Amino acid sequence: MIDIVSLLDEIKNAPYKEITLSTPHSGHIEFVVRQAGVKVTGFTGEWNEKPGTLLAYLTREGNKKPIHAPEKGEVVMFHDINDHQFVQAGAPLLKIRHFLTKQEVIDIILKKALHLFNAPEKGKYYFVSAIDIKLKARGLGHVNIKQGDEVLIISRMKRETILTYEGPAGIIYTVYFNSNESVEAGVPLLGICPKNQVEKIKDVVNKIQMGWEEKE
Amino acid sequence: MNQIEKQVLDLSERLRYIEDIFGNRENANIALLRSKLNDFKNNQSSLDSGQLKRQITSLMDLFHFLENKLEKDLTPMDKVRIVRHPQRICLKDILENVYDNYTEIGGKDEYSIDPSMIIARAYITRKVGKKVFRQPVMVIGQEKGHGEEFRNGGSVKPWGNAKALEYMKVAEIENIPIHTYIFTPGAFPIEDYPGAAQQIAKNIYAMAGLKVPVISVISEGGSGGAEAIGLADTRIMLSHGYYSVISPEGAAAIEGRLKNGGRATPQLVESCAKQLKITAKDNLEMGYIDRILDEPTLGARPEHFDFFKKLRQEIILATDEIVLSVRGVKLFRAIALRKLNNPNIYVRWTLSPKSRERLTWQRYQKFISMSRTYLIDGTPSWQKAFSAVNDYGWSVYSFLRYEFLGRHQRKITHLAEDVHGEVHALFGRIINKGSTIIQKIPGLTKEKKDSCQLTTLSSWESGLTWDEHCQYISPQANQDKTITCPNSATFGCLDLWGPDLFNDFAGVCSYCGHHFPMEYEWYLFNVFDARSIREFNPKIESGNPLKYDGLDIKLEQAKKNSGHKSACMTFEASIKGIRVVVAMLMARFRGGSVGVAEGEKFILAAETARRKHLPFFAYVHGTAGIRIQEGTSGVIQMPRCTLALRRYLEAGGLYIVLYDTNSYAGPVASFLGCSPYQFAVRSANIGFAGPGVIRETTGQDIKPHYHKAFMTLSRGHIQGIWDRREIRNNLHQAFMTMGGEFLYLR
Repeated sequence: MIDIVSLLDEIKNAPYKEITLSTPHSGHIEFVVRQAGVKVTGFTGEWNEKPGTLLAYLTREGNKKPIHAPEKGEVVMFHDINDHQFVQAGAPLLKIRHFLTKQEVIDIILKKALHLFNAPEKGKYYFVSAIDIKLKARGLGHVNIKQGDEVLIISRMKRETILTYEGPAGIIYTVYFNSNESVEAGVPLLGICPKNQVEKIKDVVNKIQMGWEEKE
Repeated sequence: MNQIEKQVLDLSERLRYIEDIFGNRENANIALLRSKLNDFKNNQSSLDSGQLKRQITSLMDLFHFLENKLEKDLTPMDKVRIVRHPQRICLKDILENVYDNYTEIGGKDEYSIDPSMIIARAYITRKVGKKVFRQPVMVIGQEKGHGEEFRNGGSVKPWGNAKALEYMKVAEIENIPIHTYIFTPGAFPIEDYPGAAQQIAKNIYAMAGLKVPVISVISEGGSGGAEAIGLADTRIMLSHGYYSVISPEGAAAIEGRLKNGGRATPQLVESCAKQLKITAKDNLEMGYIDRILDEPTLGARPEHFDFFKKLRQEIILATDEIVLSVRGVKLFRAIALRKLNNPNIYVRWTLSPKSRERLTWQRYQKFISMSRTYLIDGTPSWQKAFSAVNDYGWSVYSFLRYEFLGRHQRKITHLAEDVHGEVHALFGRIINKGSTIIQKIPGLTKEKKDSCQLTTLSSWESGLTWDEHCQYISPQANQDKTITCPNSATFGCLDLWGPDLFNDFAGVCSYCGHHFPMEYEWYLFNVFDARSIREFNPKIESGNPLKYDGLDIKLEQAKKNSGHKSACMTFEASIKGIRVVVAMLMARFRGGSVGVAEGEKFILAAETARRKHLPFFAYVHGTAGIRIQEGTSGVIQMPRCTLALRRYLEAGGLYIVLYDTNSYAGPVASFLGCSPYQFAVRSANIGFAGPGVIRETTGQDIKPHYHKAFMTLSRGHIQGIWDRREIRNNLHQAFMTMGGEFLYLR
């Protein structure tokens, strides 16, 4: 069992993610960004079509390739590599510190604490009647499910299929869908968590929603 | 007093209009008008009514006089501003004032599939003697709606053009003439089905064979959007209109090499407008329109009722003339119409089947002869004579072979097939039983070789390997370095060594199949049979019909760099033994843009294919569109080539288009897009306008890979995508499967 409260504390102590950028293959490196403290951006644009800040060029066999920043943040340190030096594949170049946003923190916590059951395809989803009756009678946070249970019915284009639950056993913590609305593929339907964690998760998420300060 | 105030208001309005038209150009006459009007306004209170009346009359005379004077100073760019002015007459005004009654079809203001395209059934009443005739017409045209926002400035979306096409066909069924009114700055460049380019291509193709008279009136003729409804038997242009390949601003952006929404200077725009020869007078001189209809001073506005009357007469006359020109009994009426200019002669506008045939033939001849005066053909005259004789020989041969013999042969074959089918239906079971017994007799079970030919086409031929055909080595293969596939981030493709990639791999990433662009020479060596290519008309040369500044030098360079005289190379070749006529557009020559020479070569190639009864294959290595420096001479190639292709297709030809690298604009929106069989190499980008132009005109960003072949395929614009390494096989298969008994294969 993970301890969510201490997880949050951990994140609070270091509210960022550090990304070490290393070379994809061997070659001669030529830095464009040269000192620490430079702010960089990751992919931008409506379709993430614009690459991030240009950090360096890596040249192998006459093929000069740009290396772009993968995420928004700040360059915090350079590894001990000189400009125009030959480097091996996987050699670490520099470190980018990316400060976490509110949504990212919640995502991290929920990912650790909850098991998300995602929609396998687009359609409308309903609970099978057994679960539906239990949910109505006992409410969220009280219905157990385990691997292999029939849990949902997917309805699309006049076709209904029963879905079985796959994942760790637990209770249904949240339901993310409405039964009369169409759900896109890959969107979470259910959040499942071990029974004793329910209250803590609620607390922590609330705390983050209320008081997380986003840093640039 | 009220009267005077009204007149002052009217004069202020006229002054504002003049100021708008002349843009930021200051003019002594305008300054004079302004100061005189201001003087009058300031002194108004101190004058008695007699003085007021006298002064306002003299002021109005001054306005009238100076407006006439200013009219002579109008530059082409001023005319562009006139047609774009919200006070310019629009189609609704014409429907109200020129026709006697009308019903709008498929739209009420913004509630329409495309409010920028108006369709209406209207009629014109004519009183001849004591009889009253009502002559119905189909009116189609773009509506600018005096600047109403939902009209999109007359920029029609693909579905608007589709609607126009639908009702052109309705008019054809109803056997009534079509009047089209062109009020468009250009088509709206989006690719959603049916697609700007592909829909215009369909429109032009359909209009090429429309069996009812089409009269078009051009006010603002913006390139592709105008062509979508502009292929007409008579083209009347309003004297203050423009008809151009591109907006002057667009031309200036290209000339000034502006990117990312930079603005061209007014001087550059002005000079582009002048050089493009976009005015009615220029277009009449070049022969792309039939006549000019004079407008009131400084352009027609809705209050000019006399103008509508003139337009009405003109359009009736034009329709009468066209109908009479193809009708059997016409002698006196035709003379009366032309010589006496007598509108009181009744001409029925419906056509008999025979007249309909004559009409399309007349339209074909009219357009095919356009722009030929600008053609530069360096072929020596003895060679021309020889090829003319040769062509004639081919015509006679193919008449005998396919028309005379072929028809009878076909009839007999069909009869035999029918009889065989009937017999089979009757005695099938008995014969089957019989044949199984027969097959059991040893020595008689021998399958015909030909019968399995069709089913085994796509398999590798024995003894023929890929390597044997590779003779051309791309210059890109001479670089000793590795190359990264653009998809490496997604698919993890490893770097490819240049010489490998552009030689053995045919420019295809061996991990993900990404196609790097290849030169057209590669295709000449790897698609067609070895040593089978025979080029024709190589000496037809790209020229500079408008004497556009700097084009001569650019053309000289292009000719030197490419070793060709124009962007189009036409040749006969064979693919696995099938003879085909090929027209190839090369991106290396001015981006593969199409002008007079390219269009003519395309037409000649289609004619050759028709005469020799061969399939016609257009390989588009790349085309940037119509060569804008050739102006309307370039645009006119769109209907011209399409007409030639339609003639070829109607004679039973098989026309296949293959796109490679980048293919955009005019050619795709006409003679390429009209093919029922369009394929693309995986490296292709196909569309109406490039990403930059879309961003500029619509203000929307477009998705990455918007024009990629796979996107184009999923929008339904093309019929398939081929791997470059398989083109030879795929083409052969296409000719065998799409070609049949009635195509020019046998």
